[in-house]
Amino acid sequence: MTSMPAPRLIMRGERRALDKFAITLLGLSVAIILLILTVIIGNIVIHGVRQVTWEFISQPPRNGLMDGGIFPAIVGTAALVILMSVAAVPLGVATAVYLHEYTPAEGLKLAWRRFQASKGMAGRKRLFFRAMSALLATITRSAVANLAGVPSIVFGLFGLGFFINFIGRGVDRATQADGEVLWGQGSLLWAACTLALLTLPTVIVATEEALRTVPHDLREASLALGATQWETIRRVVLPSSLSGILTGAILGISRGAGEVAPILFTGAAYYLPLLPTDVTDQFMHLGYHVLILSTQSPDVEATKPLLYGTVFVLLALTFLLNLAGVVIRSRTRSRWNR
Amino acid sequence: MKRRHEAAFGRRERLRLMKNGLMTGAFSIAGWVAIVFIFLIFLFTFKETIPIFTDAEVKQEANLRKFFVEAQDGPTITDRYIWQPTAETPKVSFWPIILGTLKATIVGLLFACPIGVAAALFSSEFAPLKLREVIKPVIELLAGIPSVVMGFFALIVLATWLQNTFGFTYRLNAVNAGLALGFALVPIVYTISEDGLSAVPRSYREASYALGASRFQTAWKVVLPAAAPAVFASFVLAFGRAIGETMILLMAGGNAAITSLSLLDPLRTLSATIAAEMGEVVVGSAHYSALFFMGTLLFVITFVSNTLGQWVIGSMQRRMQGGAR
Repeated sequence: MTSMPAPRLIMRGERRALDKFAITLLGLSVAIILLILTVIIGNIVIHGVRQVTWEFISQPPRNGLMDGGIFPAIVGTAALVILMSVAAVPLGVATAVYLHEYTPAEGLKLAWRRFQASKGMAGRKRLFFRAMSALLATITRSAVANLAGVPSIVFGLFGLGFFINFIGRGVDRATQADGEVLWGQGSLLWAACTLALLTLPTVIVATEEALRTVPHDLREASLALGATQWETIRRVVLPSSLSGILTGAILGISRGAGEVAPILFTGAAYYLPLLPTDVTDQFMHLGYHVLILSTQSPDVEATKPLLYGTVFVLLALTFLLNLAGVVIRSRTRSRWNR
Repeated sequence: MKRRHEAAFGRRERLRLMKNGLMTGAFSIAGWVAIVFIFLIFLFTFKETIPIFTDAEVKQEANLRKFFVEAQDGPTITDRYIWQPTAETPKVSFWPIILGTLKATIVGLLFACPIGVAAALFSSEFAPLKLREVIKPVIELLAGIPSVVMGFFALIVLATWLQNTFGFTYRLNAVNAGLALGFALVPIVYTISEDGLSAVPRSYREASYALGASRFQTAWKVVLPAAAPAVFASFVLAFGRAIGETMILLMAGGNAAITSLSLLDPLRTLSATIAAEMGEVVVGSAHYSALFFMGTLLFVITFVSNTLGQWVIGSMQRRMQGGAR
C-alpha cells in the first residue's frame, strides 16, 4: 500500500505553483542519484571495455604490474567466492530455517504472556520453553542485524586475530614440527571464512524472507499427512522457497565478491603469478588488485588502462551476480500470490 | 488394533523420528551461530587491545592517556596532536584520526541524508508507478557498487574534477572522500526511509486531503513527520556505515593523519589507519595493540548505532501495526 491516487485538488495561482515547485525539487534528488550512477558506470565502461581483451583476461601481470593481464586475480577471486559460498550459504540457510520454522511464531511478548497466564495449568513447562525459545530467537535476530553492521575492516581484524592467530597457529602448534607455519598465515581458506561471516547476515535475512512467503497451509497439509517437521522442511518448505533462497544467496555472494577490507590481512597477495592450488595458498584478488594499482603504482598514468580494465571486470562480475539474483527474484516472485 | 499400533512405530518410523530429532538439534545449533560470532568478534578484537591496560612495556608506548589526552608542544593543534606510531619516539594521539573520521562522516551524511530522504519522499508520494520501478533498481545498482570501485572512482575521476572545478590545494581531501562516501550512503538512507514512508497508513493521507491540504503539504507535514523515526533510523544506520567504511576513505582520503579542522586538508580515518598499517606492524607491539584498540572502538560505535537504529525501526513498526489500521 505504498501510494494512492492523490485527489484532484482545486488549487489556483501561487499555491499551486508552490506545490509543483516543491515536488519538482524532490524529484531533482532522484535525478541527481541517477546522474551519479550514470557517470560512475559510464566512466568505467567507456574507459574499461576497451582494455578487456583475451590477452588481458588470460595473462598474468608482467613487468612489475605495469603490463600484462589479470588472470591470477580472476582465478583467485573465483576460488575465494566459491569457498566463501560453500561456507556461508548452508550455514545462513540453516540459521534462517531455525529462526522461521523452529521458534514460536507468536513472538517473545505473547509467548511470555501466555506462560505467565498459565499458572497452575498442565503443560506450563512447555510454555516456559516456548517463551525461552522466543527469547533466543529475538536475541539471534538482533545479533544478525548487528553482524550486518560490523565494519568490514573489523571483520578483517577478526579474521587475523581469530582464524589466523588463534585457530591457524593453534593447529600449527599441534601438527607441525619445529615451528613450521602452514595454517597460521593468510590463506585462501581464512579469507573465505572471514568473508563468509560477512555474507552470513545477508543470506539469513533473505532466506527468512523467502520462508515467510510459503503459505502456512502447505506446512499444515504436510504435517497432517503424517510427515515429520524435518520431512516437511525438506520436501515442502525448502523446495517452494528455493528461488527466494537462491536470490538471497546470490546477492550475499555478490556483496562478498566486491569486499576488499576483510581480506587485506587474511590472505590477499600483492603479486602472485602462480595460481593457488591449495586452500593454504595466498591468492590475488580483483578488488585488492584495484587497490594496489591505484595506490602503489609508480606511474599512475601508465597503469591507468590496466586499472580501468580491472575495475570493469570486477564491476561486471558483481553486477552480473546481482542481475542473476534480481532476474530469479522477479521471475518467481508471484508464485504464491496468485 | 494392537498390530496396527505397532506398525505405526516400526523400525522405519523410529528412524524417521530419530532423523527429525537430529535435524531439530542441528538447526538449533545453527541458531546460535550468529550470537556466538558477534560475541567472538568483540572478544578477539578486544583481546588484542588488553596489553594496553596490562602489559608494562606496551603501556609505556600506548595507553588511554596517550591516545586521548597527551599533547606535544606546539603552537597549533596540528603540532600538538600527532599520530606517528613508528617514529623514534612514537606519538600516538588519536585526535588526528578521530577528526578525520568525523570530517568524512559529516560530509558524507550532509550529502546523503537530504538527497536520500528527498528521493524516498518523492518515490513514495509522487512518483508514478513506472518511475518507481526504475528508481528501485537504480538504487540497488548504486548499493551494489563495491566500495573499492567507489574509492577508485573518487581517487581517479572525482578528485581531479573537484580540483579543476574548485581549485583545491590538495587533490584528496575531506570533501572528495566525504562525497564518495555519501554516494555509498544514499542507498541506505533511501531504502530505510522509503520503507518507513510507505508504512504510514493511508488514513493519514486521506485525513490530510480531506482538510484541504495540498499534495506537498500532505507529504511534508503529515507523512514525513509520521515516518520520522524511520528517517532518523536511516540516518543512524548510515552513520554506522560511514564510520566503518574503509576502502573509499583509504583510497580517496589522502591518507595523511593531520589534526586539522579544515575540510580541504587530506585526512585519515580509523578504518583507513587500520587498513594501511596493520600489514606492516609487529604482532604484539604497542602499535599493534593500538590498531586493535581502534578496531574495538569502531566495533563499539557501530554496535551502539546499529542497535539504536534497529530498535527505532522495530518500535515504529509495532506502532504502525498497532495504531491506525
